[in-house]
Amino acid sequence: MQGTLIVGACQAGVQIAATMRDLGDCDPIVIVGEESHRPYQRPPLSKGWLKGELEPDDVVLRTRQWFDERGITLVSGDRVVTIGREPDGSGVAQTLGGRSIPFARLALATGASVRRLPLPGTDYRGVHYLRDADDAIALGPALAEERVQRVVVIGGGFIGLEAASAARQLGKDVTVVEGTDRLIGRAVSEQTSAFYLDAHRRRGTRVVLGARITGIVGEDASAAGRRGSVEGVELADGTVLPADLVVIGVGVVPRVELAVQLGLEVNGGIVVDERCLASDGRTVAAGDCTIMPNPYPLGRGEPVRIESVNNALEQAKVAAATLLGQEASYATVPWFWSDQADLKLQIAGLSTGFDDVVVRGSAEAEKFTVLYYREGRLIAADCVNQPAEFLQIKQALAKGRTIPPEAAADTSVPLKQSIVDAAVPVAT
Amino acid sequence: MSTVVYTAHDGVVTSIDGRPGDSIMETAVRNGVRGIVGECGGSLSCATCHVFVASETFELVGGPGDLEDEMLDGTAVDRQHNSRLSCQIKLQDGCEYHVTMPSEQV
Repeated sequence: MQGTLIVGACQAGVQIAATMRDLGDCDPIVIVGEESHRPYQRPPLSKGWLKGELEPDDVVLRTRQWFDERGITLVSGDRVVTIGREPDGSGVAQTLGGRSIPFARLALATGASVRRLPLPGTDYRGVHYLRDADDAIALGPALAEERVQRVVVIGGGFIGLEAASAARQLGKDVTVVEGTDRLIGRAVSEQTSAFYLDAHRRRGTRVVLGARITGIVGEDASAAGRRGSVEGVELADGTVLPADLVVIGVGVVPRVELAVQLGLEVNGGIVVDERCLASDGRTVAAGDCTIMPNPYPLGRGEPVRIESVNNALEQAKVAAATLLGQEASYATVPWFWSDQADLKLQIAGLSTGFDDVVVRGSAEAEKFTVLYYREGRLIAADCVNQPAEFLQIKQALAKGRTIPPEAAADTSVPLKQSIVDAAVPVAT
Repeated sequence: MSTVVYTAHDGVVTSIDGRPGDSIMETAVRNGVRGIVGECGGSLSCATCHVFVASETFELVGGPGDLEDEMLDGTAVDRQHNSRLSCQIKLQDGCEYHVTMPSEQV
């Protein structure tokens, strides 16, 4: 019939198309993305982009020629709003721009949208979110403005801290406001959180933990009803943190509207199995929009939603194979990275359920690795300015190997030499 | 214009005209050259863009920087004297580059 429709022109969407072509599929492929930009990488948007080091061409995923040569039609700046489906799985998608796109196979790579802060004042001028290229295109120059001196960042996760680091490197007066009692609490252990708190404070960033924000304040709305500029962030105790610019980085929400409309099971994301198949058994989904069986062989059983480039790419490869009727099953060592100031954080594995932690190296020297253990076996690590140890641990985890805790703590022996086969097989 | 000649592990040769300022990794990924992954987009985080650099190219580009040198100790295929992470080699106008990919990147 008429080929494949991929909804979402992102890392996952483009990779599904790329893998389908690699696997020999010759049918038409159409990728529809609602952003007006060519498919691009998101990670640099909160890093180099904010420091003015990058141009739009630096973040594109593939050349126009790449799409042309592979017969992949890219529709940018349009949005699939409804999908009609036949009993055989084929169907027709309708877009906001009036296109009708017939397909035989359907892939959802709808991603996630930025989580909005349900508080008054987020519509003042100078209040920014950071998720899409358009957000970064607006925030970059705003942050560089001379009159912007005081920056308040709401959210002490990866995005917030990366934005705070960029602002600090631009010489701004920066305050990070986090609602919980530690930084990056969703991703790292208390040891790593405590290190990042100290490290950011050492670099002159103020950090307020356990903060309850009641609203964003600004100059009065003009007679025309337009919002004026932001003036500060108000906390529950009445304190107002003065701000010329506010960045909100409080996470994302998976985009599931189309999945819901298609009657697919949705539970904190589009529910997929290890083949990336949704609940109808024929639609595939990949990337930030999905919730899946834990793909990490050493992970705990509960379904997970993983926001990372690695996950988007690896899931997309499996989704492509599944769409073509080939056997594929998603298993990986998830990994993540975050560049904040001169600190390179790399995380290998998922630490959920750890019962022991070994710190190797020196937090004072800002060069150390936190290794997580469960029942004596290495399951994950946070590596700060330790890229070689990160790579060695990631490979060890992929090969089912471990590092005895006592050996891991001994910095007189190179980590590579302490990697051994695990005594017990992988338990899932 | 710059040219990069990529030789895959299986011997397949691909020649790409690149944009000066782009890296050898970016030029490969954006044009669909296989054998270079570049998962982290060039932020020196993944070491999946490992290449072996031909001798005349090595003279042109030199050896790795400190962080890159450390990461080369963790590549999927062991480093050799002419190993580089291709995300760290930026194309200069008018130059030709020759690189060979290892059998594995991940």
